[in-house]
Amino acid sequence: MDKKQGATLFFNNVYVASTSSIAGEKEGEGPFGKYFDSLLKKDELGTKSFELAEIRMHTYAIKHLLFKTKLAPEEVDCLLMGDLLDEIVGSSYSAREFAIPFLGLYNACATFGEALAIGSVFIESGFMQRVICSTSSHFSTAERQFRFPLELGSQRPPLSQWTVTGAGATLLASSGGDIKISCVTIGKVIDFGVTDADDMGAAMAPSARDTLINHLKDTKRKLDYYDMIATGDLGKAGAKMFKLLMQQEGYTLGDNYQDCGAIIFDREDSDVMQGGSGTSCSNIVFNGFLYKKMLEGVYKKILLLPTGALLSKTSTLQKQTIPAVAHAIAIEVK
Amino acid sequence: METVLLYMRVFLVGGVICMIAQVLINTTKMTSARILSIFLILGMVLETIGVYKAIKEFGKAGAAIPIIGFGSTLARGVIEDTLKTGIAGAFTGGVESMAGGLAWVIFLAFIIALVARSKSK
Repeated sequence: MDKKQGATLFFNNVYVASTSSIAGEKEGEGPFGKYFDSLLKKDELGTKSFELAEIRMHTYAIKHLLFKTKLAPEEVDCLLMGDLLDEIVGSSYSAREFAIPFLGLYNACATFGEALAIGSVFIESGFMQRVICSTSSHFSTAERQFRFPLELGSQRPPLSQWTVTGAGATLLASSGGDIKISCVTIGKVIDFGVTDADDMGAAMAPSARDTLINHLKDTKRKLDYYDMIATGDLGKAGAKMFKLLMQQEGYTLGDNYQDCGAIIFDREDSDVMQGGSGTSCSNIVFNGFLYKKMLEGVYKKILLLPTGALLSKTSTLQKQTIPAVAHAIAIEVK
Repeated sequence: METVLLYMRVFLVGGVICMIAQVLINTTKMTSARILSIFLILGMVLETIGVYKAIKEFGKAGAAIPIIGFGSTLARGVIEDTLKTGIAGAFTGGVESMAGGLAWVIFLAFIIALVARSKSK
């Protein structure tokens, strides 16, 4: 098979060797609580600010991954990291703890997909043997970054989502285990004209549709090829909209479709409104839950579709529409 | 009995004002800051045309405490000072009438900031 078809890249030798995850208190109370490697007791983590707490979490995710895999930092060829803070300082400050070459990435909540896609290319090309892809997000830092600081105490509207507090890291390697990344489809930026920064599911759903349809066309696969198709963080309303948009194009999403954001929290919890969002949403659902279920053999073929709303606080204040991007990562047990 | 009725009136007026704001939060795309400003300006307008005085007499603290009451105090100060000292009063009256409330709020915010920390929930 050709290595590239449309926007899809095919790989033969990219393995998901190991994963690590850490999640906040609320995420721990959700259905995936027991699958995360660690849970925070307090969101501040004993630090002076929520930003420092996020950095500590991100550092922990990578340290824990190295510890789990018994790798020395020198044995890792590259760190591909991203988060939602200004100038992605969360990643840069976490990376200074490790003597590993570093590339900082930003695709908002799709950063985890971006990292996996780039990491896979590095491994497949033979330049690198092991790379770590990691992202983090924190509810309290994201509120300050994109909406209002918590100190303002403003109310959250019904279409808003609750940024997931957590961090996760994935080790991609040229050998090890049975779980492979078989192909990735890199998404285009789609702007559907949504201006409401509290309704990001609607902004991201069209980009998820575009990437998923491109992926199916490039790979000549059908929707039921996968045991699980998981979008990143469209939320409950966004996932519904995504299903409708797919329906318009003649694709019917069945029971094998889930949205990580819609399922990560306890459904009875009313604070979270439409569900989870954030760079760590699809990340910890994959690294914590899906990967472990693949190891157990429950899922054999997964399509992870992290979605990102590419807005900034300034673009929101200047009333600009919200562009979005989504990347499709096919992970299969060989 | 009279006290109970008074309390009920206060809760009714305060509750209705908050309910209108809640409906705006839930059904429009306006941010909380914008809704806040709208209520402030609404208070000033209602005071100027003489409607808010009646609402305040009926609802007491229920009408005075929300930001709309703040707007009415602002307008009242401007009106009274302008009548007393002429056009200069339009610039000083509002700030004068709010001085007590403002200083009190800043003082309280300072104390709260010393003892409390924000949390994720």
